[in-house]
Amino acid sequence: MEKKKLVLIGNGMAGIRAIEEILKLLPDQFDIIVFGKEPYPNYNRIQLSKVLQGDTEIKDITLNEWQWYEDNGILLYPGETVTKIDKDNQIVYTDKGKETPYDHLIIATGSNPFMLPLPGADKEGVTAFRDIEDCEKMIDASKNYKRAAVIGGGLLGLEAARGLLNLGMEVDVIHLADYLMERQLDRPAGELLQKELESQGMNFYLEKQTAEITGKKRVTGLKFKDGGAIPADLVVMAVGIKPNVALAQETGIEVNRGIVVSDHMETNVPNIYAVGECAEHNGMVYGLVAPLYEQGQALAKHICGMNHQGYKGSVLSTQLKVSGVDVFSTGLINETAETKSIKVFDEWQNTYKKILVKDNKLTGAVLFGNTKEGTKLKSLITKGANVEEYLESQQGADDGESIVASMSDDEIICGCNGVSKGAIVDAIKVDGLSSVEEVKGATNASRSCGTCKNLVSELLTETLGDEYEADTKESICACTDLTRDEVVAEIKEKGLTHTKEVMNVLEWKTEEGCSKCKPALNYYLGMIYPKEHEDERESRFVNERLHANIQKDGTYSVVPRMYGGVTNAEDLRTIADVAEKYDVGMIKLTGGQRIDLLGVKKEDLPNVWKDLGMPSGYAYGKSVRTVKTCVGAEFCRFGTQDSTGMGIQLEKKFEGLNTPHKVKMGVSACPRNCAEGGIKDVGVVGLDGVWEVYVGGNGGTELRKAELLVKVKSQEEVLEYTAAFLQYYRENASYLERTSHYVERVGIEHIQEVVNDEKLRKELNERMDEALGIYKEPWSEVLESETTLKDLYEKVATK
Amino acid sequence: MEQTVRKVFIGNYQDLPVSLGKAVVVEDKEIAVFRLSNGNVKAIENKCPHRGGVLSEGMVSGEHVFCPLHDWKINVSDGLVQAPDEGCVQTYKTSIEDNQVYVEIPEK
Ligand code: SRM
Ligand SMILES: Cc1cc2nc3c(=O)[nH]c(=O)nc-3n(C[C@H](O)[C@H](O)[C@H](O)COP(=O)(O)OP(=O)(O)OC[C@H]3O[C@@H](n4cnc5c(N)ncnc54)[C@H](O)[C@@H]3O)c2cc1C
Ligand code: SF4
Ligand code: FES
Repeated sequence: MEKKKLVLIGNGMAGIRAIEEILKLLPDQFDIIVFGKEPYPNYNRIQLSKVLQGDTEIKDITLNEWQWYEDNGILLYPGETVTKIDKDNQIVYTDKGKETPYDHLIIATGSNPFMLPLPGADKEGVTAFRDIEDCEKMIDASKNYKRAAVIGGGLLGLEAARGLLNLGMEVDVIHLADYLMERQLDRPAGELLQKELESQGMNFYLEKQTAEITGKKRVTGLKFKDGGAIPADLVVMAVGIKPNVALAQETGIEVNRGIVVSDHMETNVPNIYAVGECAEHNGMVYGLVAPLYEQGQALAKHICGMNHQGYKGSVLSTQLKVSGVDVFSTGLINETAETKSIKVFDEWQNTYKKILVKDNKLTGAVLFGNTKEGTKLKSLITKGANVEEYLESQQGADDGESIVASMSDDEIICGCNGVSKGAIVDAIKVDGLSSVEEVKGATNASRSCGTCKNLVSELLTETLGDEYEADTKESICACTDLTRDEVVAEIKEKGLTHTKEVMNVLEWKTEEGCSKCKPALNYYLGMIYPKEHEDERESRFVNERLHANIQKDGTYSVVPRMYGGVTNAEDLRTIADVAEKYDVGMIKLTGGQRIDLLGVKKEDLPNVWKDLGMPSGYAYGKSVRTVKTCVGAEFCRFGTQDSTGMGIQLEKKFEGLNTPHKVKMGVSACPRNCAEGGIKDVGVVGLDGVWEVYVGGNGGTELRKAELLVKVKSQEEVLEYTAAFLQYYRENASYLERTSHYVERVGIEHIQEVVNDEKLRKELNERMDEALGIYKEPWSEVLESETTLKDLYEKVATK
Repeated sequence: MEQTVRKVFIGNYQDLPVSLGKAVVVEDKEIAVFRLSNGNVKAIENKCPHRGGVLSEGMVSGEHVFCPLHDWKINVSDGLVQAPDEGCVQTYKTSIEDNQVYVEIPEK
């Protein structure tokens, strides 16, 4: 039998989801052909907000890789637009002259952003916020321009505004209504939101209507109806979307606001269907993925000939994806004569909650500040639950019970993808899943906006219980069954002070540990009691005990500090003299911008140090190594900041710090990033008026790109945020865990939350100062101690 | 034929650092001497059977030393390399008299 030809117009979120659902039901039934106007595989449009905010990158938001299309035998035409549908002969035509016949045709062309028809709207520097191209336009603009104006204080506008702030721009938001997000929030929540965003640096013009976009070729500002005006070099219009129905209209398909469809997503033309933002069902056009995915499911069942009741409409919920701001809203939220509301406003914690009740049933909710209850409320509202059921579940939550425990199996955990608690629990049990990532792969839960990740993780804990813990539990080494966290907690609780005491009290299986746990315990003790702990030389690896790097032949290398990679004639001369005097095997420039003297005999080490008279470069230590720098503003024609000065400050501040693993830094003075901050534990990039701090990069065994931690204005802030990050890493990472692995494990968002919290940041800085306070330059310390010289550096010669 | 040994004085007991090794040169040999935390003194050839690592610089745990180059674990009493690696190093008898530490070297 010939396979039926299934053609999809629109390679976006709704259309491809419908195809995925079809493939699940009947994997080999159709020849599938997809046309997509954008030149990419299907990507997660939702995450564009996070891309703009710097939390993720364009390459990481792909939902279906090219390989996926290939693996499923799908013919994809990226960057190709369908221009005409011949509904009588069932053929589609494209702008590249292709003619493709179909048996089934799905239209999933999404929406177009609504551009206000203002004078000047066609100027350079005016953009929408809809696709990758818009996103790139904004990122580019932020590099050369300062002032952004966002027209529209709704969800999209605020997410764009936050992104532009993160990109270092000054941002004005112009909004027609008298409070923000008026479609999703009530006035109190809208006002709280405004206050919060103002404190983040956004500036608002409410009840303002834009009359004109001014400027010559490029925009220079906005004029308002009431006569006011503001300057702007970039204008983002985020005033709404309109369903992309032109093609359907020209084909003679019935169109109202969207393409009119039945419960089975059929248009009025045989064999043509529509899903997604371009479709109108029962008078509703949806602009969020959850309903669109439900539509896709209904369509798939229909096309595959399965019996089902079709799509019945959706209850919506929205969440703002701006870090540090938790807002949630669902259902009907505006009071009427027939509604009663439960309201809780906690001025102290700055949280607000309103739940609307009509005829004893929950109809809607608004949450600000704490949105943990959102998922639960949404599912109660969807199933039309009584107030009593909600109040009862509240009790459980107050008793400290996990929110997922009180949910029934049919309650939805992932709103975007409609995945219920039951489905996730089944998948965990049947497929033996043990991580959020695995659950995402198997059930789609948390694959879209990602806000339900925590719930999924709680479900894993609930379902697997001790087993989940036991399975993921990794002990320090074979000498004990305890994990790093358990050991650290015990040291603190029991006040243990020495590695041997730890091993004794915690019932180590070996008498004196091994080469793994000894240095680890020594590190943890020093981290916990920076002042009191006496470093144990016998628990140090040879390099750190001798402050030099052992070579294969038993000689050592000597790398003196060269702060920020900057040196001078005198130091170079001294190094040359020492190299000659001690006849070193090789003088080499290291990859860390300094000089290595290799092949020094152990007995000569102290004298070499003495003659050098320079501090140790710690090239051997689990410690701050080098801070590489680029030339910087003083000489380079592109430089915008004093990168060498910044690098030297960083290196001087953090030298000698004990860390779980080595820490390398790089400071560059422009995005060309000549000091390779992208692969450093801490990479700093200076831009005009801004410093970007990246963390978690690694250029070694496993390449990893550093992620943006924060953007700040001053050198002091770079030091402050770097200190907070490093101290948090010191306190929480396992010994021998590089920042790259640590950041990957806990997630950059978590670290951002910590260091952006003013109070935590301050406390981390205080503890960092304490840790730095004990630093003694090790080479001079050795030279001052007769016993150390004798114990460690002398060989015994016998007669 | 009878093996004769030579007792070589290597230093005072207090001069050996605790839980660490010390390299001792005896004629053309280098010997690693360890003062263990239980008070015993052990001596082995100062050369790892793997790739010649300097064992006196290794980390000492109980009766074992971990080679500083690639972490082989070697028993300082019987000289045996611990699994999964294989091999052995030469061991030397030690003795302490009046706080003076001696290593017994077989005569050629
Ligand atoms: C001297 C130097 C090579 C050179 O001649 O340029 C060097 C030499 C060694 N590196 Fe390195 N690394 C040197 C720069 C690097 C760099 C480049 C950089 O820092 O910009 C990297 C990749 C960047 C990174 O770490 O993210 C690098 C990644 C490593 C790794 C892999 C780390 C990882 O997390 O994957 C190791 C192994 C380890 O640390 O466990 C390592 C370990 C070593 C050791 C210490 C191996 C050892 O334990 O004996 C080497 C000592 C050789 C010797 O006999 O003295 N070396 N090493 C560089 C010293 C820089 C300095 O001034 O301090
Ligand atoms: C910045 C941003 C943040 C968002 N945040 C959220 C959120 O937090 N939660 C949420 O639920 N939703 C969010 N949304 C909305 C969500 O992304 C959309 O609802 C969803 O992408 C719509 O899917 P779709 O397939 O209908 O349309 P699209 O994803 O737009 O796909 C349509 C595709 O069809 C292509 N196309 C159009 N015409 C043709 C043609 N003639 N030929 C070929 N191809 C064509 C288009 O180029 C487009 O690629 C957000 C949207 C944006 C822009
Ligand atoms: S890459 Fe680094 S660790 Fe490897 S041989 Fe070279 S210096 Fe040694
Ligand atoms: S040389 Fe000793 S372990 Fe390799």
